[in-house]
Amino acid sequence: MINNNRDSIRIASLVIIGLFILFTIRLWQLQVLQGKEYRKISTENMLRIIKIPAPRGIIYDRNGIPLVKNSPYFYASLMPEHLENVDINSLAEILGLNSVDLYAKINKKRLNPFEPIKLKESLTFAEIAAVEARRSDFPGLIIDIDMSREYLYGDVGAHLIGYLGKINPSQSKDPEFRDVPPDAFIGQWGAELLFDRTLRGTFGERIIEVDALGREIRPLQDKPPVKGDDLRLSIDINLQKAAEELYADRAGALVALNPNTGEVLGFVSKPSFDPNKFARGISYDQWIELNQDKKLPMLNRALQSQYPPGSTFKIVTATAALNEGVITPETKVNCSGGINYGTWRFGCWKKNGHGTISLHRAIVESCDVYFYEAGKRVGIDKLAEYARRLGLGSETGLPLVKERAGLIPDTKWKLEKRNQQWYLGETFNAAIGQGYVAVTPMQMAQLMSAVANGGFIYSPTIIKLETLPSPARKADVKPETLELVKNGLYGVVNEAGGTGGASRSKIVTVGGKTGTAQVVGIRKSSNLLPERFRDHAWFVAFAPVEKTEIALCAFVEHGGHGGGAAAPIAKLAIEGYFKNKGAERIQGSKEQKKDKNAEN
Amino acid sequence: MLKIDRRLIRNFDWATFSLVILLSIIGIMTIYSATRPLLPNEQPAFHIKQIYWLLIGMSALFLIVSFDYIWLSRFASPLYAAGIVLLLAVLIAGKTGMGAQRWLNIGPLSFQPSEFFRLIFIIFISRYFITVQDRMSLISMLKSFLMFTFIPLVILIKQPDLGTAIILLIMFLSISLAKGLQKKVIALLIILGIISIPFIGNIFWEGLKDYQKNRLIAFMEPDADPAGIGYHINQSKVAIGAGGFLGKGYLHGTQGPFRFLPEKQTDFIFAVFAEEWGLFGSVFLLLVYLALILRGLDTALKAKDEFGKLLASGITFMFSTYFFINVGMTLGIMPVVGIPLPFMSYGGTALLSNFIAAGILINIRARRYELFY
Repeated sequence: MINNNRDSIRIASLVIIGLFILFTIRLWQLQVLQGKEYRKISTENMLRIIKIPAPRGIIYDRNGIPLVKNSPYFYASLMPEHLENVDINSLAEILGLNSVDLYAKINKKRLNPFEPIKLKESLTFAEIAAVEARRSDFPGLIIDIDMSREYLYGDVGAHLIGYLGKINPSQSKDPEFRDVPPDAFIGQWGAELLFDRTLRGTFGERIIEVDALGREIRPLQDKPPVKGDDLRLSIDINLQKAAEELYADRAGALVALNPNTGEVLGFVSKPSFDPNKFARGISYDQWIELNQDKKLPMLNRALQSQYPPGSTFKIVTATAALNEGVITPETKVNCSGGINYGTWRFGCWKKNGHGTISLHRAIVESCDVYFYEAGKRVGIDKLAEYARRLGLGSETGLPLVKERAGLIPDTKWKLEKRNQQWYLGETFNAAIGQGYVAVTPMQMAQLMSAVANGGFIYSPTIIKLETLPSPARKADVKPETLELVKNGLYGVVNEAGGTGGASRSKIVTVGGKTGTAQVVGIRKSSNLLPERFRDHAWFVAFAPVEKTEIALCAFVEHGGHGGGAAAPIAKLAIEGYFKNKGAERIQGSKEQKKDKNAEN
Repeated sequence: MLKIDRRLIRNFDWATFSLVILLSIIGIMTIYSATRPLLPNEQPAFHIKQIYWLLIGMSALFLIVSFDYIWLSRFASPLYAAGIVLLLAVLIAGKTGMGAQRWLNIGPLSFQPSEFFRLIFIIFISRYFITVQDRMSLISMLKSFLMFTFIPLVILIKQPDLGTAIILLIMFLSISLAKGLQKKVIALLIILGIISIPFIGNIFWEGLKDYQKNRLIAFMEPDADPAGIGYHINQSKVAIGAGGFLGKGYLHGTQGPFRFLPEKQTDFIFAVFAEEWGLFGSVFLLLVYLALILRGLDTALKAKDEFGKLLASGITFMFSTYFFINVGMTLGIMPVVGIPLPFMSYGGTALLSNFIAAGILINIRARRYELFY
């Protein structure tokens, strides 16, 4: 009987030996074939890399006035291994969060199961107090401090300064952002985006050995963060503030340039937005609100809105006609309030006409009939060529947003795009900046700058230049031509009957040109129309006339007449710029006086 | 008084004794490594406690060896009755650990009656089977199952101590096989087993606690949720794999002391060992266990009577089952069932019970020539 079960024990031995062989194969697989992989995981298990954010560089205006600062804020995060011991609903209540959102945050799939989950940023002191009072109810809850960006001037200059946002997934893949941790804030708009590399600095890194509970066992490496470099913008915040205040609720744009360098001195796009809303992460609702706002606050009107320039374009027509020699300063045209062409009548804005008028007064009083004649003599193709030479019809190259190129029509364009021949009537329209012609405020500022500086187109920059500007493109216009045009523009502002009298300044001599772009065909007193049918107001200006330091374009959407709506803004912007400079000068001269006294 | 026979000393199974002592020492070293302090204010005493239990276990082993194992057959019934009472006591008064009641507190001591019951069960079934003539028929198999196995099985599942319950079932089947079954019973068992897999599987699944379900899901799909239910298995594989060919070296393992590996000093102690000693050490350890098991089966073959044979096979099958389920689990080729690795895992009751079991094996081997007592 004993022999009966010898067999079953022998079979059991064989089965057991078989299982041992199987286990040995499995060990070989794990330890030898996949050993390196698992060794790496076991090492990474213990390492926690903590990225320490670097203080971001400060952005200054051209005069060294800080535009932003980094201010500390508190945030709450939770160690995930304590999740089971925390009542999420009461935590949501204390932090003032929606518990559904909080659950979503907590349940989001994470790479590292021991990395703290950020629950809420920018805690108020009341919230911190509430959390601290019930500390023991929330094990693993961490209150920590971080820096956030504060934009000291709010929405002033927001389109240029820009804002920060969480790094997005496509940026995370970009090698440019290799060192940036997944939750970090980087520049997402404006100068903050363009110069992010400069401002960002280098994240510090603390590598510590941790156990599974997240307890720090020992530090392995400590690399302090390196603060980002500061940035000095070319804009003048005083000019910027003065201009934006005058816009109030109106939409529009203003670009002021240093005509000798291409530096952007002022850059307004109204309505604007408050970049502080973005500084700690904008909520989805706020983002939708901003983007669905009918006033389009996120549209960069200086670069992205294009409209007919109206009479400001007469600068181009005058330059072309003079430079081509088809008119002289003495050429006289009789304005009877309009001309007839075929069955069409092309009116002058002054219904009773200007009478017999020469170039200078035609510019000063913005006589349409004179420029119909001038345009006719130059011809549309030459006119278009001059417009392009002066920087219209193509991007100015300011990389803030995707810029629009505007449109300078000519016979070739019309044939290609419309498959139609060009009519003289269309030349009349083009000569006074109506019809197909479309420009951006930025382009008009550049045009004004080129006229003021003797025909040089500088590439625009938003950084204060410490060296000479890169060589300018030449517009190839005779200096005499531009002098004559500038004289006219001086007259617009300073002579009796000039359309731009509203920008006359006691501080500095201003030259400029008004423009009114028609929105509807009928000319009526603008104030009687509903706002959306009102004309767009333009004003281009430069100052001082003698030795120009600033050239600008002010544009008011549906503002009505250029002389009434845009010229006062231009004046204030210019004065804002010179008041600041004046202060420096006065100080300078006082010091000189002191020196003189000392000599005496 | 107790008379120590000379032949007993001469025939003492030093091989089995050395193997279990070796495993216990490796176990204590590994427990120390797994729980060694990382920060200065920690004072884990697991390895010290285990050393005390080892000494108690060795004393128990010698005590067991000094009596003829025939005595065990005489006390089988009262032992069984006492075991059932203890299991019930746990069910009523036990303290809850991991959602399961397993411990019984007696004064300062807390012990796990199920650790002893598995041994009592083997003794009792072996004693019962020698009364059965010839190979077992279906009737006698069913009778012994319903009479002696079903009740403790229900109590254990109720606790719930699924690990020990499975072990008990496997013990019952393997001792039956060692006893010898009629061929048609074997055939029937195989067919029954195949048919009932989905059926029992379903009932079984419904009756499981959440953590038990999770363990099974994790076993099927360990990468599904590495931070959640698959965590145990993944970290265990990481520990073993990280050992590589030669290991990280003693006291240089990290998965255990850094607590990435849960249950590091108990159920997953093999992974801690494998991380530090590599394939080299692991295969050596497997060979030590293989030697212990084969020696036990050899003892069963050489036993002087059927009771000794069944008892030795039962004990050896128990060691094997614990070993394969535990190591298989750490290797990620078996589901996570919370049972310890014999002689190595931290836990006093289990160590003591295993030393008593080893003592019985040595006892049977030492008395293999004593035919006429």
